[in-house]
Amino acid sequence: MKLRDAGLFALVALLIVLTGVMQSWNLALQVLNMGLISAIMALGVNLQWGFAGLFNVGVMGFVALGGLAVAITAMPPVPEAWSAGGARVLLAMVVAGATIAGAVAIWRKRPKARGWLVAALIVVGFIFYRFLFDPARDAIEAVNPALQGNLGGLGIPVLLAWPIGGLLAAGAAWLIGKTALGLRSDYLAIATLGIAEIIIAIMKNEDWLARGVKNVIGIPSPLPSAIELQQGEGFAERAASWGADPVTASTIAVKLGYAGLFAAVLIILLVLMQLALNSPWGRMMRAIRDNETAAEAMGKNVTKRHLQIFVLGSAICGIAGAMMTTLDGQLTPGTYQPLRFTFLIWVMVIVGGSGNNYGAVLGGFLVWFLWVQVEPMGQWLIGTLTSGLPEGDLKQHLLGSAAYMRLFTMGVLMLIVLRFSPRGLIPER
Amino acid sequence: MDALNAIVAFSNFVMVPALAYGAQLALGALGVTLIYGILRFSNFAHGDTMAFGTMSVILFTWLFQGWGLSLGPLPTALLALPFGIALCAVLVLGTDRVVYRFYRAQKVKPVVLVIVSMGVMFVTNGLVRFIIGPDDQRFADGERFLISARTFKQMTGLDEGLAIKTGQALTLVIAVIAVALLFWFLNHTRTGKSMRAYSDNEDLALLSGINPEKVVMVTWLIVAALATVAGTLYGLDKSFKPFTYFQLLLPFFAAAIVGGLGSPLGAIVGGFVIAFSEVMITYAWKKVLGYLMPESLEPSGLVQLLSTDYKFAVSFVILLVVLLFRPTGLFRGKAV
Repeated sequence: MKLRDAGLFALVALLIVLTGVMQSWNLALQVLNMGLISAIMALGVNLQWGFAGLFNVGVMGFVALGGLAVAITAMPPVPEAWSAGGARVLLAMVVAGATIAGAVAIWRKRPKARGWLVAALIVVGFIFYRFLFDPARDAIEAVNPALQGNLGGLGIPVLLAWPIGGLLAAGAAWLIGKTALGLRSDYLAIATLGIAEIIIAIMKNEDWLARGVKNVIGIPSPLPSAIELQQGEGFAERAASWGADPVTASTIAVKLGYAGLFAAVLIILLVLMQLALNSPWGRMMRAIRDNETAAEAMGKNVTKRHLQIFVLGSAICGIAGAMMTTLDGQLTPGTYQPLRFTFLIWVMVIVGGSGNNYGAVLGGFLVWFLWVQVEPMGQWLIGTLTSGLPEGDLKQHLLGSAAYMRLFTMGVLMLIVLRFSPRGLIPER
Repeated sequence: MDALNAIVAFSNFVMVPALAYGAQLALGALGVTLIYGILRFSNFAHGDTMAFGTMSVILFTWLFQGWGLSLGPLPTALLALPFGIALCAVLVLGTDRVVYRFYRAQKVKPVVLVIVSMGVMFVTNGLVRFIIGPDDQRFADGERFLISARTFKQMTGLDEGLAIKTGQALTLVIAVIAVALLFWFLNHTRTGKSMRAYSDNEDLALLSGINPEKVVMVTWLIVAALATVAGTLYGLDKSFKPFTYFQLLLPFFAAAIVGGLGSPLGAIVGGFVIAFSEVMITYAWKKVLGYLMPESLEPSGLVQLLSTDYKFAVSFVILLVVLLFRPTGLFRGKAV
């Protein structure tokens, strides 16, 4: 890392420390924690775009799948729901999978009238699937709907749910990559955009899976909660001896704990990514990115390598999504928005520097900091600008709209970087 | 009688909404496809351009309503439409001048322009939310229905009603006019022909003395007009919400790709294909089937293939099927 890059990182660290000094340490640690998660997401996108030139705008979908994995593994199971319809739902899923696999197999074997055969198989399979699935879904959703109404999870430790989130996202990415990779870059973009929307639609509507828009709350935390800390032996005394209020001290302690966990994940991933970037594999990826035809002529299997890196990058996004849901302690499918979870990550990668892992990490921290802080800054700016205006509708409207300054600011930031420093703050080398 | 009732129910719940939605999609997809044909990138900011145009129309509508202007049974928004288009044209020409022109001069790869359009998307999105807020806005006034379900029932004596909203009828009329104008322009005027020439072969077009900046400017003007009209019609038919307009991006792209990117005719066909499949797959067929089938066979469930929340999935699956089996689309668009 060059001195200039280290300086940029120091600058971001300073910004976070300043937040702590000027606003509150709780806020500063919130920014830090989400910054760590954002940096991991940016690493995932950087792997796909920066290393291999794959244009994935379905980040939101993979992040959401990571969150879903937490809800369906770390939550305690709901035995009544399982006995009401668990087996039947699983059978329906098997039928659906078998139908699709069968359709693909028939299509590949090229029998006569394969179009009709495949269509018939899909219709029959769909009817059978709905016959199995519909009653099971209703039965599951009828079990204690105010609190559960879903199958619940597997009750495994939440830290194990993080790699599972990565695996789930990787599985989805494999399916998507099998169908959509090999399309031209902007077709792939539109395909991934659509898949992300579908994943969110499924998570919002399939109540039996993770309660849909009713949200899964109370996801177990890998760390003791703030209240447990406060009640713990001698915590209040120790906090008092440092001159801190026990409530603030406990929330800060919990956030510090998360920061440690997230930082560990980020460092592991960053080391792996750096090793990958400088390995023969990384060089091959960049060669494919820069000239597919030449790489193919050298005997590289471009489609396979693309699939590989697409799956890996999506898995990283899934891990980050699982971490985020754990941090929030709840899964809220209604809050996944493409601007926040797909395009903002892209701003991070572009601003930070695509093709450079440090750049992506820096972009993650910096853009997340701005995303959080532009709103109060906008409020202050509008407040100052309108202070001379008489009280009235216009002033109220302007003050109320200040919150949307941040979308505008992110766009302007991205356009400025693209124009004047198209390789980002820490360019690829 | 039952057959007639079935036809009326089908028209009321499938035919009319899908026709209106299809016309709106077609207009939006035309904008996407024109930008792709002339400027050669997929414009991610198109949904937000549309939101901006519609927002301008709404603001002018409010102004005119404040002045007491109205068109009687027709919505005031029609009067505001030209002004909204003008404002939207100022926005797109401004972004082209400030943002896109620089990259055009550099002849960057199309994917860079797509990323740039993501930045423009953020800016426009923020601008719209800043000015009008993120909430639902209804701005349709005048007569709400061309035919309401009750009048239809009284007129025909059928059990089923057929309601046609003014917004839906207007959508079809205006879409037909807009498309006719566009095709006349592309096929019969000098500028239109030079646009098609530029889209077919940029180098040859430049060689024959076509001014690229003029072609690009005219394209943006047409796109602004199409986007504003599409957005206003969608808003009159349903309602205006910035986030919904952003999400319309997906069906637009689906329609444009299904028809063949770069092909205006394809965009129109694609729009209707997407709209009809979305509506038909998410419609509960119980009522229509109930009239058609003998009583003993009447379906007990809703006979709905997918819940309405999955309508994006429908356009997407069609998109995937077309991409996999016929990547140039139904009308042989470009495959750069």
